[in-house]
Amino acid sequence: MAEAYPSYMSDSIRKVEASRSQRLQRDLTELKMPEEEHDSLLNRYHPDYRTEQFAEVRVGPNKGDVMPREIVKLLEAYPTVRPEEVNLDEIDYDVEVLIIGGGGGGTVAALWAVEQGIPPEKVLIVTKLRHGDANSLMAQGGTQAATAEEDSPVQHYLDTMGGGHFENKPELVKALTEEAPMIIEWHRELGVMYDRDENGNMMVFPGGGSSRKRLHCAEDYTGMEQMRVIRDQVRNLGIPVLEFTPAIELLTTPEGAVGGALLWNLDTHQYYVVRAKTTILSTGGFGRLHIQGFPTTNHYGATADGLVMAYRAGAKLRDMDSVQYHPTGAAYPQQILGLLITEKIRGLGGQPVNKEGEVFVFPLEPRDVEAARLIKECEDGKGMETPYGVQGIWLDTPLIDAIHGEGAFARAFPSIARLYKRHDIDPTEFPILVYPTLHYQNGGIEINGNTESSTQGLLAAGEVSGGVHGKNRLMGNSTLDYNVFGRRAGIQAAERAQESIEVGELTLDHARRYTADLEQAGIDKSKKSPLILPEYRGKRTLNRLLDFPL
Amino acid sequence: MNENEQDQQMVWLFVLDRPYKVPAGLTIQDAMEYAGYKLTRGVGCRGGFCGACATVYRIEGQYQLKADLACQKVVEDGMHIVTIPFTPANKKQYDIDAPDMKADAGILLSYYPMVARCVSCNRCNNICPQELEVMEAMNAILQGDVERTARLMFDCIQCGLCSMRCPGEIPQFHIAQLARRLWGKYGESPDQMLTKRLGEITAGKFDEEYDTIMGAGREELQAMYDTRELKLA
Repeated sequence: MAEAYPSYMSDSIRKVEASRSQRLQRDLTELKMPEEEHDSLLNRYHPDYRTEQFAEVRVGPNKGDVMPREIVKLLEAYPTVRPEEVNLDEIDYDVEVLIIGGGGGGTVAALWAVEQGIPPEKVLIVTKLRHGDANSLMAQGGTQAATAEEDSPVQHYLDTMGGGHFENKPELVKALTEEAPMIIEWHRELGVMYDRDENGNMMVFPGGGSSRKRLHCAEDYTGMEQMRVIRDQVRNLGIPVLEFTPAIELLTTPEGAVGGALLWNLDTHQYYVVRAKTTILSTGGFGRLHIQGFPTTNHYGATADGLVMAYRAGAKLRDMDSVQYHPTGAAYPQQILGLLITEKIRGLGGQPVNKEGEVFVFPLEPRDVEAARLIKECEDGKGMETPYGVQGIWLDTPLIDAIHGEGAFARAFPSIARLYKRHDIDPTEFPILVYPTLHYQNGGIEINGNTESSTQGLLAAGEVSGGVHGKNRLMGNSTLDYNVFGRRAGIQAAERAQESIEVGELTLDHARRYTADLEQAGIDKSKKSPLILPEYRGKRTLNRLLDFPL
Repeated sequence: MNENEQDQQMVWLFVLDRPYKVPAGLTIQDAMEYAGYKLTRGVGCRGGFCGACATVYRIEGQYQLKADLACQKVVEDGMHIVTIPFTPANKKQYDIDAPDMKADAGILLSYYPMVARCVSCNRCNNICPQELEVMEAMNAILQGDVERTARLMFDCIQCGLCSMRCPGEIPQFHIAQLARRLWGKYGESPDQMLTKRLGEITAGKFDEEYDTIMGAGREELQAMYDTRELKLA
């Protein structure tokens, strides 16, 4: 028996092994849940329906809307910077386009802004960590694009709308699905290496909630391969990037338009002032807020700074009551708790199996349904408990080689194989334990087809924006989102560069107004945001901190 | 995280030679945070993809210098660590669309002639946290096989440890980036289905269907969705 797992799990692993050949023969579409049963399952088991975990926002453009408490806490907080502390007349960077966030959306926007004629030196990318250290780069599964003969962009549209419970913004979904094949071709021309079959044709794979095989993958490093290439292209074009320099507040003109941002050097703690004709927010999502205490697949900087800054500047948000929990986060061992186990494993035949060795769910339901069903199985007492009290469902990974031949798992999932090898678990020999993990911010800043927010001068693209995915995103639509709307943001910024927009005086007037609103609502003055980075330091250190001038 | 030391096994971790007692089983990154460090550099995705947290270490009583990713490697007792948050290696700028570009090793050698300085010492392979065959990938360039370089280095997270260890001062991770792009763009052929679909979209083949589906009411759309056929085989 596997030494990798505690001995008390042996019986359960044997049951999974014993039922494998029979499960392998079974047509699992018979387990597909009728659409009319989705609502009652989600209502009872999906974390989005635990009303006590949500609160009404008391200030700002979405006043009265219900959002997760962790978000409300950040929106109902005072600007960290006091306007009197900074001199906004001294401009450090004067550019056409300021791009806040160096993940996929921002990088694509920069490339297209330059492609459309803005000189590289008039673009500025600023980012909290290193250029590319973002959720985009962590995406494993693939990018959806309807290229197969039996598929069509309209079918992709239908799947995306249905997956999002028809709450998506139709014009955004049309752009997403219609431009997807063009994005794959753009990548190919940049030199992205997608998986090909023995004849050299691009391979397409199935994903949850999709009715056709539509995923374009690069092993299980799809996001990394895309990000490496587009970042390399930014470097070749000489587009300036400021790393370890998060934006901490947007700057507005007396008319209320966004005209740049205030940046903060993470090393020296000094601030910089940027003036820009157009500001693109591509700061990603909120995974590191650990909504409802969930572990997350997200990178260290996913703290919703962009949402907070945009909201203060008057940008309307949407679908903020909707959070994506990826059905399969790692549940064991503890060191990798919550890390992403790509849906592509289920796409290639991996099955979720309970501790009795039974497959109980169609493996490719939309993510919210799949996650809720896994949570139900655990609440029904059919999960495998870990030594640290977390429940898990077996994901029967040895099926991959059984279906596709020896070596298939290693070829398709090298990152997953590496992840487990460090802990002496071989996923081709034994199943792995999974449980839903906080993965994606479905909603965000409301945008139109040109990525314009409700605030003048402010565009948004990628996870920070809302409307593309409605109340639930499909697999393979996030990397697509940042490409399609990053591109549109770059093009829109280039169009604005042609207009005679004069950014005059820069102010923090919007922050003053927001502060007054918070005060009027009687909100505790000790709360500050944006968060910038989560707090993981040990309690003993935090209890003994002294702020001592050096 | 349980902070009651009596309940768990503790190990010594030396961060820049300052000793800290930390719970066994934590990753280096979690252990540094447990010890009180607020990480701003040498940290990124925390999932083994971004290459920001390359860390060199030596275990007390041993002489070898080893390296790994702080977000993935579990602490060992007596571990002395230093993170390498930045690698000062040269990346060449190039125009991937330039007329003379092709999937040819000569291109790689023209931008990165130092590949020829490889002395086959194997240090890059030994230090690679992804366990890639970095040396073989560099040798493949000398043998004229760009595809082999691209594929051997496909899982490269660009942490830069190989170039820091290389006596020939070869920036392997940058060279591999160019190799992959050359292969992806010039080595692979255009995809026939993709080309065909792009033509159909440009010709407006789906315009009418889009108009219909976007004009459908919610119930109608729901019905279309509920009755759609799955073709996943």
